[in-house]
Amino acid sequence: MAAIIELENISKHYSPTIIGVDNVSLTVEDGEFVTLLGPSGCGKSTLLRMIGGFEEPTAGVIRLGDQDVTLDPPYKREVNMVFQDYALFPHMTIGENVAYGLKTFKLDKNTVRTRVKDALTLVGLYEKVNQRPQQLSGGQRQRIALARAIVRRPKVLLLDEPLSALDAKLREQMQIELKHLHEKIGITFIMVTHDQTEALVMSDRVVVMEKGRIAQQGRPQDLYDHPATPYVANFIGTTTFLPGTVADGADGVATIDVAGTRISAHPEIELAKGATVTVGLRPEKVKLLAEGETAENELEGKITEVIYYGLGLRISVALADGSKIDADTLLPDKLSHSTLPQVGAPVRLGVATHNIFVFEGKVTP
Amino acid sequence: MSILRRNLPGVLVMGIPVLWIALFMLLPYGIIVTYSFWLKKYPTFIPAFQFGNYITIFTDPQYVLVFLRTLKISILVSIASFLLAYPFAYWLVFRCRSAALRTWLYMAVIAPLWVSYLLRAYIWKTILGTEGVLNSFLMSIGLIDEPSSLFLYNQFAMVVTLTYIFIPFMVMPIYTALEKIPTNLTEASADLGMGPWRSFWHVTLPLSLPGVAAGFTLTFCLSFGDFIAPFLVGGPDGNLIANVIATQFGAALNWPLGSALAIVMLIVVLTIVSLSDRMERKGLSGGI
Repeated sequence: MAAIIELENISKHYSPTIIGVDNVSLTVEDGEFVTLLGPSGCGKSTLLRMIGGFEEPTAGVIRLGDQDVTLDPPYKREVNMVFQDYALFPHMTIGENVAYGLKTFKLDKNTVRTRVKDALTLVGLYEKVNQRPQQLSGGQRQRIALARAIVRRPKVLLLDEPLSALDAKLREQMQIELKHLHEKIGITFIMVTHDQTEALVMSDRVVVMEKGRIAQQGRPQDLYDHPATPYVANFIGTTTFLPGTVADGADGVATIDVAGTRISAHPEIELAKGATVTVGLRPEKVKLLAEGETAENELEGKITEVIYYGLGLRISVALADGSKIDADTLLPDKLSHSTLPQVGAPVRLGVATHNIFVFEGKVTP
Repeated sequence: MSILRRNLPGVLVMGIPVLWIALFMLLPYGIIVTYSFWLKKYPTFIPAFQFGNYITIFTDPQYVLVFLRTLKISILVSIASFLLAYPFAYWLVFRCRSAALRTWLYMAVIAPLWVSYLLRAYIWKTILGTEGVLNSFLMSIGLIDEPSSLFLYNQFAMVVTLTYIFIPFMVMPIYTALEKIPTNLTEASADLGMGPWRSFWHVTLPLSLPGVAAGFTLTFCLSFGDFIAPFLVGGPDGNLIANVIATQFGAALNWPLGSALAIVMLIVVLTIVSLSDRMERKGLSGGI
């Protein structure tokens, strides 16, 4: 596969102190689905807008295919954008909206009609061709925006928080639809979102951004299982952090003192004996141990809170030194009050060694 | 009685305005409509129901001419206001980088509305007159040797004066309409391959049309009924309908004809207003 988009040391400094994007380099392969993930203000939208041509970088080069497009206006780039609130033209019908992008191609009427029909059929809304955007629901408008962008057959499709205006149920459904659409038309998708589930479900590769820089990038499961920093661990999935001290750090296995207990982990970094570290535990990897049951690492504490969320329970536990961790547990088949964990009851928690993240330094997320 | 007392605040709040409107608007309209069918019998008028006055208006070249002249002046004022106001409003909304400057300039356009209308019309007399600022300036740079009387007391002077006076009514609705257009629509247009001019033509202009329609309506109707500008700067053959109506009620002492003229004028203005209103509604339903 060849690179379709290359960002080389891209920066966007609004002023010496206000920095949108800070020296980002990123290569996107042809046909890939890449998601830029991060909280608001992390620079992900600015980066997308620079690829679209709506903003100029203050430094760096943007290449589309093998062309330098850094300073090209949007109307000269073979990329198209699906805007956050769709930006459909209210004074045009759905058909006119979709045909709008074909005007510059100087196609004959029949070709335009066919391509508009194909695009609208692809998103399943050809019957709306003569209606106005205001007559459509949010989900339908979102599909029209998609059709309007892909009708031009761009090299890259940019999606700026495409699903954020939809309600939860519809959003889930559209995630799958977008993913299928990507597989079907085979062009490169670059999406911006602050929703980690969206990023994990849809993308081939997720780029996590933090304060204008790339914090980490990789396949969804790699980011989930091997977060490079506490920031990534906290942004993708849920993680509880505990302060710890390295007791021994030889040969890829470290023993760490956490909350008065000694645990072992496979850290992905070199650790010196006595160093301060932060240990990260995902609630779904922490197990509530039954009597007689053992685990590679065990922690003891008292239940402080039990939260029911349908699929299971999230149990907050205070450890001996007062620090708190969360554990998720699936509900037993037959739910009865006696089998439910009770607040105040002592518990033992078990974690497998390979499920423990270790980060350098002390973190207070 | 007790019902009235219980509802007294409501009766006062609603009643006084209703009474006011009935007394000072509906009643005068009624009187004018009635008069318009009466006959003139010098030195007074006699009640009648006949269309003679209306027939006179549409057949006597004198009145037809005044109507056409008023129409022409109003249209020219609307067009001149539009040509000046649109680029200005566009620049304010989309190109002016400083929010403070934008507010300041917008206020500068509106502020003259707080100055007496008469004064603003009078100013142009001192600018365009033979002793005026324009003549002194042209003489001082040597373009002309003696004061020219070409600038004042003609239709040109009227269009200039009325445009100056009514241009805020064109700027305001256009500004508002342009401001309401989401920037992502013009971005979407650029994204779909359109350069700035084509984006303007296909997106910005159509979406600002309701504002343009409102501006045309206001400036046209205000000019159509203007009385002061023709009187001050219009000259001998610069009479507009309002002046003719005033003459009928004054020197000519022909109230029935004056009333009929007023009614015809009212119908023209109401037609324009309702047309524009319908257009705006259509624009709104097509809006965001």
